[in-house]
Amino acid sequence: MIAVTPDIVAAHQLTAAEYEKIVSLLGREPSYTELGIFSVMWSEHCSYKSSRLHLKKLPTRSKLVLQGPGENAGIIDIGDGWAIAFKIESHNHPSFIEPFQGAATGVGGILRDIFTMGARPIAVMDALRFGPLDDPQHGARNARIVEGVVSGIAHYGNCFGVPTVGGECVFEACYNGNPLVNVFALGVFKKGEVFYGKATGVGNPVIYVGAKTGRDGIHGASMASAEFTEESKQKRSNVQMGDPFLEKLLLEACLEAMQTGAIVGIQDMGAAGLTSSSCEMGSRAGTGVEFDMQYIPQRESGMTPYEVMLSESQERMLLVAERGREDEVFRVFHKWGLDAVTIGVVTDTGKLCVKDHGKMVAEIPNRALADEAPLYDRPHTVPLRTAPMEAPEFASKNLEGDLETLVSSGDLCSKRWIWEQYDYMVRTNTLAGPGGDAAIVRIKETDTSIAMSLDGNSRYCYLSPKEGTKLIIAECCRNLSAVGALPVAATNNLNFGNPERPEIMAQLVESIEGMAEACAFFETPITGGNVSLYNETLGEAIYPSPVVGIVGLMKTSTPATIDFKNVGRAVMLVGGLGNCDSVHFGGTQYAKQVLKDLWGMPPALDMDYEKRVQAAIRQIVAEDLVESAHDLSDGGLAVALAESAQAIGARIEVDSYLSPEFLLFHEGPSRILISTANAARVQEIAAEYSVEAPQVGVTIEEWVEVRNRNTSLLRCKTSRLRELRETSLGRLLHARKA
Amino acid sequence: MRFGVVVFPGSNCDHDAWFAVSRNLGQTAEFIWHDATRLGDVDAVILPGGFAYGDYLRCGAIARFSPVMSAVSKFAADGGLVLGICNGFQILVESGLLPGALIRNRDLKFLCKEVQLRTETTDSPFTVGGIKGQILKVPIAHGEGCYVADERTLDELEAEDRVAFRYVDNPNGAARGIAGILNRGRNVLGMMPHPERATEPLMGSTDGLVVLQSMVSSMAVK
Repeated sequence: MIAVTPDIVAAHQLTAAEYEKIVSLLGREPSYTELGIFSVMWSEHCSYKSSRLHLKKLPTRSKLVLQGPGENAGIIDIGDGWAIAFKIESHNHPSFIEPFQGAATGVGGILRDIFTMGARPIAVMDALRFGPLDDPQHGARNARIVEGVVSGIAHYGNCFGVPTVGGECVFEACYNGNPLVNVFALGVFKKGEVFYGKATGVGNPVIYVGAKTGRDGIHGASMASAEFTEESKQKRSNVQMGDPFLEKLLLEACLEAMQTGAIVGIQDMGAAGLTSSSCEMGSRAGTGVEFDMQYIPQRESGMTPYEVMLSESQERMLLVAERGREDEVFRVFHKWGLDAVTIGVVTDTGKLCVKDHGKMVAEIPNRALADEAPLYDRPHTVPLRTAPMEAPEFASKNLEGDLETLVSSGDLCSKRWIWEQYDYMVRTNTLAGPGGDAAIVRIKETDTSIAMSLDGNSRYCYLSPKEGTKLIIAECCRNLSAVGALPVAATNNLNFGNPERPEIMAQLVESIEGMAEACAFFETPITGGNVSLYNETLGEAIYPSPVVGIVGLMKTSTPATIDFKNVGRAVMLVGGLGNCDSVHFGGTQYAKQVLKDLWGMPPALDMDYEKRVQAAIRQIVAEDLVESAHDLSDGGLAVALAESAQAIGARIEVDSYLSPEFLLFHEGPSRILISTANAARVQEIAAEYSVEAPQVGVTIEEWVEVRNRNTSLLRCKTSRLRELRETSLGRLLHARKA
Repeated sequence: MRFGVVVFPGSNCDHDAWFAVSRNLGQTAEFIWHDATRLGDVDAVILPGGFAYGDYLRCGAIARFSPVMSAVSKFAADGGLVLGICNGFQILVESGLLPGALIRNRDLKFLCKEVQLRTETTDSPFTVGGIKGQILKVPIAHGEGCYVADERTLDELEAEDRVAFRYVDNPNGAARGIAGILNRGRNVLGMMPHPERATEPLMGSTDGLVVLQSMVSSMAVK
């Protein structure tokens, strides 16, 4: 028996005060196993102890929300008796230590969150952040991480049979030592057929299903709750190993077993494994859960109770069945070739009781673990930022060259190299896959399709956490509106540095406040999500990196895509040319890629105008007026033109007071570039919403041209832009390996 | 016409094949569990895409030993129509129902994209409804779809008009651009592209129906 000493307590990342609280909750000193159990449940990753206070500010309800935060995933009513479950989760720390398995198990974890509720996963998206591929010092390592993460996601999703339909990928030096891998998953089920992680019914059997428990992933949750140091690279054994084949079997078996009616509660063993699933199920039901180690399927011999309780072996589920109907459940799991064994029973003690061959090794009130974790109101001051407010002097010598630089950059080039490795079509529901503004999957059983988008912009958020986060919500909603979908609900992944630093905590607090304001305004309540803190390596924090995933509803039909289809069509900017000044230009891709600088403030957002622009474009799309539609975001008008001009080009002629750099590259929101054969009707609709929608040009063969006040600003061949966009990522990756 | 869709543990395009047949083709489809020793009353069998038995060891290497494959072999020997798609093609070559092998793509990466296929023969129950030389737009999604065989086998396939489809622009390094082949009896087709993913306008192409409709019309003739 290992004695619990102050050193051991500290090694479990528990403070002296937290240890005191444990002692008072138990009324005695914890055993070593109990200490381990507390340490994972009270880790930042599981308990949200630094963020919980502020997360309460987020809007979480609407008429469509059937389930808000606190469960494995949020649930939205999509009509016709059907519902969707969706959530985003991070797997940042494991993906740095072991990119392939880290990313793969990130996918596996979020998929289990979806199907543990009874929903069949039908779409996955990924928000990825890496260090730059052309970084002189870290470029080669960054390239290896990119390749590992992408093939890990592909490996897991493709084999499991869920389409990876979209996402985003951005490069920034702050991610050199701390890449971000945020995985979003969405599933569908009949309304009312939802399953919860509740251990109800005293006397009901507690059943363990799926993979055997091994030593992998022990203390994964605690690892994800600390900064990276040189030592953490040695923590490879804390990373779990994924087996998508097993997960596929687990999916089919769980959904089939749920149909028997014999399951009363079920929860996946995710972060903190058996510990969190058992105590959370008991806590939610107000019951106790008791089981014995000896019955738990184990991959290796000689595992201690501590190791079994803290293992994060993948592809496991804990469920409670109706007493006497165990065999119905076993039959299904055995049909799929999976382990399913009764390990214990639901009790009325309210405690988690763990025995090892009959001898009690841990006895803790479930509520103490799940609901009484420490809650911190961490001090927060002014958000960390070192960027100046003033703009540097700049004047472009070559606007065409600037555009080429932008479309060749890692951030703005085509991510085809990544998404062609994902099966984005399996299940034949994908109406719009990767590469557009929003991904769209249809629900075959109804006339409804789900549009979804992931967005983040850490440079904006570094300049202003609050305004930056509002812009992210606005853009994500705009992406959905541009394909004709009505945004209805959101999930968030808050990736930040060390919350014990007041200037980092301030970033988190202000970002959540901006999110609360924008989500309330755009009527996209947050139904769940994830907080990932301590994203720091050797004291260097990442930029504040909230990522949001928003889902929208639309009628099933072949959607408009972003590319121009025919020559001679009117090119219009729904929302207008927008405004910019030098301060609000400092967070743009132009500032980053061309000027290699960062200053000022993110673009100015008028939420009321944004909402009207989005309502207008939704109606324009609904009336089938657009041949192409593309929201303006990173890189502004010029980059949107380059992306839309895949086969057909455009000649743009405007009369604007903006400087050439601002006109072409400013990133003011509330703008959507469309091509249409019916400009008059588009303008009528825009007028109804009091929105500008000037015709700014026409589609033409071969060239992208922009003229302002009869002066040519740029003229580029579409084939040249396309080639740069399509080949850059492969070239950047390859160059580093050579 | 009644199609049987085999479900191996790890099949993940089984439902897509079922959907294409029953909804978009308007025929009957039923699932056949991998441990079935009899196929039941079906007119054709589809071995769907996916990762049967996790594709451990080698794609299709374990699936060939499943009980249902003995039944499928017998069905094929009796002249029954067998369509192997993607992983199903891999299982057919592992089972010896088709010659050659499928190895990792030229670029060693999984590849999902729409490709163009050239219909090389209409002399088969799977292509009789097409036109020789017809270009079909059908997606691929595989990591190990590079078809290889020794020169003699390849010559033989060509001499016997058993290459059903070739890629217009070879995406995976397949020998002689081969995307799909027939057995000597012409009643077994293995192809890496997914015809079931191109069976209605919402999927972006309906060209995959050429294969499925050909099967229906050739059964009707029988």
